[in-house]
Amino acid sequence: MKHIRQLEDQSVYILREAYKNFDNLAMLWSMGKDSTVLLWLARKAFFGHVPFPLLHVDTSYKIPEMIEYRDRLAREWRLNLVVGQNKKALAEGMNHEKGRVACCTALKTEGLKLLLAEKGYTGVILGVRSDEDATRAKERYFSPRDKNNEWDFRDQPPELWDQYKITFPPGTHIRIHPLLDWTEINIWEYIKLENIPFLDNLYLDQGTGQRYRSLGCAPCTSPIQSTAKNVDEVLIELRNSHVAERAGRAQDEGRGMEQLRKDGYM
Amino acid sequence: MTTETTSQERMNIVIVGHVDHGKSTLLGRLYADTGTLPEGKIEKIQAICRQQGKEFEYAFLFDAFLEEQQQGITIDTARTFFTWGNRQYIIIDAPGHKEFLKNMVSGAARAEAALLIIDALEGVRDQSKRHGLLLSMLGVKQVTVIVNKMDLVNYREDTFQAIEKEYRQFLTQLNVIPQYIIPASAKQGVNITKVSPETPWYTGPSVLDSLAHFHLEAARNEKALRFPLQDVYKFDARRILVGRITAGQLKIGDRLVFSPTNKSASVRSIEAFNIDSPPTQATAGQSVGITLDEQIFVERGHIATHEDARPLVSTRIRANLFWLGNRPLETRRTYTLRLATREVPCEIVAIHRIVDATNLDDRHTQLTVLRNEVADITLRTKAPLAFDLYADFETTGRFVLVDHYDVAGGGIITELVPDEQEDFRTEARERDSAWVTGDVGAEDRAERYGHRAAVILLTGPDTTAKGFLARKLETVLVAEGRHAYLLAAENLQRGLDADLQDSRPEEMVRRFGEVARLLTDTGSLVITTTNAFQQATKDIVQTVQTLVNPTPVITIHMTKDQAGPQPDVDLIFAGPEDFDACTHQIVETLKRKGILAELSGSQPAFQFSI
Repeated sequence: MKHIRQLEDQSVYILREAYKNFDNLAMLWSMGKDSTVLLWLARKAFFGHVPFPLLHVDTSYKIPEMIEYRDRLAREWRLNLVVGQNKKALAEGMNHEKGRVACCTALKTEGLKLLLAEKGYTGVILGVRSDEDATRAKERYFSPRDKNNEWDFRDQPPELWDQYKITFPPGTHIRIHPLLDWTEINIWEYIKLENIPFLDNLYLDQGTGQRYRSLGCAPCTSPIQSTAKNVDEVLIELRNSHVAERAGRAQDEGRGMEQLRKDGYM
Repeated sequence: MTTETTSQERMNIVIVGHVDHGKSTLLGRLYADTGTLPEGKIEKIQAICRQQGKEFEYAFLFDAFLEEQQQGITIDTARTFFTWGNRQYIIIDAPGHKEFLKNMVSGAARAEAALLIIDALEGVRDQSKRHGLLLSMLGVKQVTVIVNKMDLVNYREDTFQAIEKEYRQFLTQLNVIPQYIIPASAKQGVNITKVSPETPWYTGPSVLDSLAHFHLEAARNEKALRFPLQDVYKFDARRILVGRITAGQLKIGDRLVFSPTNKSASVRSIEAFNIDSPPTQATAGQSVGITLDEQIFVERGHIATHEDARPLVSTRIRANLFWLGNRPLETRRTYTLRLATREVPCEIVAIHRIVDATNLDDRHTQLTVLRNEVADITLRTKAPLAFDLYADFETTGRFVLVDHYDVAGGGIITELVPDEQEDFRTEARERDSAWVTGDVGAEDRAERYGHRAAVILLTGPDTTAKGFLARKLETVLVAEGRHAYLLAAENLQRGLDADLQDSRPEEMVRRFGEVARLLTDTGSLVITTTNAFQQATKDIVQTVQTLVNPTPVITIHMTKDQAGPQPDVDLIFAGPEDFDACTHQIVETLKRKGILAELSGSQPAFQFSI
């Protein structure tokens, strides 16, 4: 498991750089496997403490088990949980039937923007990975967003050795990506190695021949056919799979992701 | 990939070369022919191509942005994953266009090995060479060259050999020996995953097989220890020093010395979360946390080593630097230098020459370094910097320069340039390592006295009432219960300096610095002025600073000139009238700098360093 420890060392280094250099720092937690691994890495980096708030952008369409799991871990691990919601869009009846990209933009991108604006965070830690989709493959570990939260992927700052972008003009913020070099398989290898509590009743087959490979909102995330009942079986399945991880995520279709991410999506 | 064994190794490989020589195509082909692509990916791209009336290209698999596909070029580095044999590869596709050199550098800086692509028809071009030069500066020593598009030259051996000869010669000048030079056609799939019949004269491996010949970096843990401090935590009772070991190893009980402060203490424990038995040692590459047996003053940027193999220290270094900034690099402008976790302002003293990437022999002088140029420079840091030569230690031998908000250049250190303080620094280091201490540490004194030790030095021309303010400050501090002492340099003249004539001003400052060192070791605040010295103020400040290091020297400049250029000091008083206000301002500055604790009730409450 040497390669997993190497990934862990790198991510811990990035988290500590973020904590040292950003006064108003927060971490996004969606309760999915990636951001939960990220949260675990923070506990590693800070010796059992999580010295910044965890943000959950609640679309109100999440699978109920996810909320129960969130509140339980927040209690057990003494997390400073901050939940944000685009209440205005919800009041106006936003849902996926009005268009998946429109719904994601309103409830997730806008929801996040509202939360960032309200709290004035200058550094936001996210669990995105390069192998999730082609635009994330081009991300930096420390990636600037302008005043409108937009990502200028045409002009990204150089990233040399372990020297990251930690200075930026007022009004802008930095997205920090400690998991960029992890693959989906690495995430499961680490969950197994560290015995991290995850949403097993969603990520594992409960006897129905189905499990979720990636978690999002209930209406737009579908389970895959799978009989994997434990982490070892998940790993075997993934090593033999040729299907993209986010195949069950509707907003990724066409050019959806490039536009979403340019506008400030995770 | 149908393998159930877990991959045990990870390796980062970057693909570089001139624009349009086929980097993204090679990458696409490598993935397609090894069955590494997700289901339906090729079909999806093929459908898009049909829709847009374009021929299918493997490059489209990774050139993700709409703009990249429209222009047929890679704009930014992409990271892709690929497992083969017992290794997980991260393959970094870097752009070849000169415009995007900073993106190429970002990609290559993460790599342990490189595939450098040259178009057989076009031959060796500008970026083929510039990328070769940058690879050597970025520390990528393993390179395999791929002569691509061999189909366009009918797989002719002589064409291949001419390119091989030219490029091999070029790499030799950079001390890079290519592992393989492979003739290939990414588009036709020749020599990519297997050696093909089109090149019967070629006896080496295919591109895919050549990857296995790159080896992971030789164990850095056999080198001397380098542990740059990242931060100091006090979340609970433990005071944990964290950082990533960049070379060597440390274990419990090891005596560590921190540069450039020369403070030392022993490792008491190695801390970890969610682990059955705490580790007793740690090695290069690991992000660790340690506690020490003594509460010495350490902070981010200090480099911990063993006592017998310390880094170099100076304020001047010579380096090879590549510049990526939009504004040219200029002498006499201040940049921020970052080396490992240390951050310090610096200035370029001299630009010796510009290295021409396309013709390494041709070097010329220039007053500025333009974007994408490589230069040989000397720079001066505002405070002493602990570092290594790049040839000895990679991570502590290189740095970046930050201009405005951005990392704008990277450099590797080729030489220590001795500065004026070299002798004093050696004296301080040798004196400190032989220093005999009692059982009372600096932290104990700080807690008891309500302040850390410091030297408060008043500078400025004659008749600006430096002495008057110094006396006033001493009175106020002592009245508050602080251990402050006015050390007038005149008081040394007939005693300690009795053997000196006025002709040795430098020695007078040295002796004064050593006396100040003794007094600060008692935990005192030493107040003094430059009145009695016959040296330039700048030299006095530097010498005192070197000798009392790492005790802070707070400089306060007094002047009658309210306009004019002012020196870089902690406080300036231009023609002050209200000396009570001045004293108050000095006290506030000392509090802000964490030297004085706030007074609360009768006993000052003070927490050391954090």
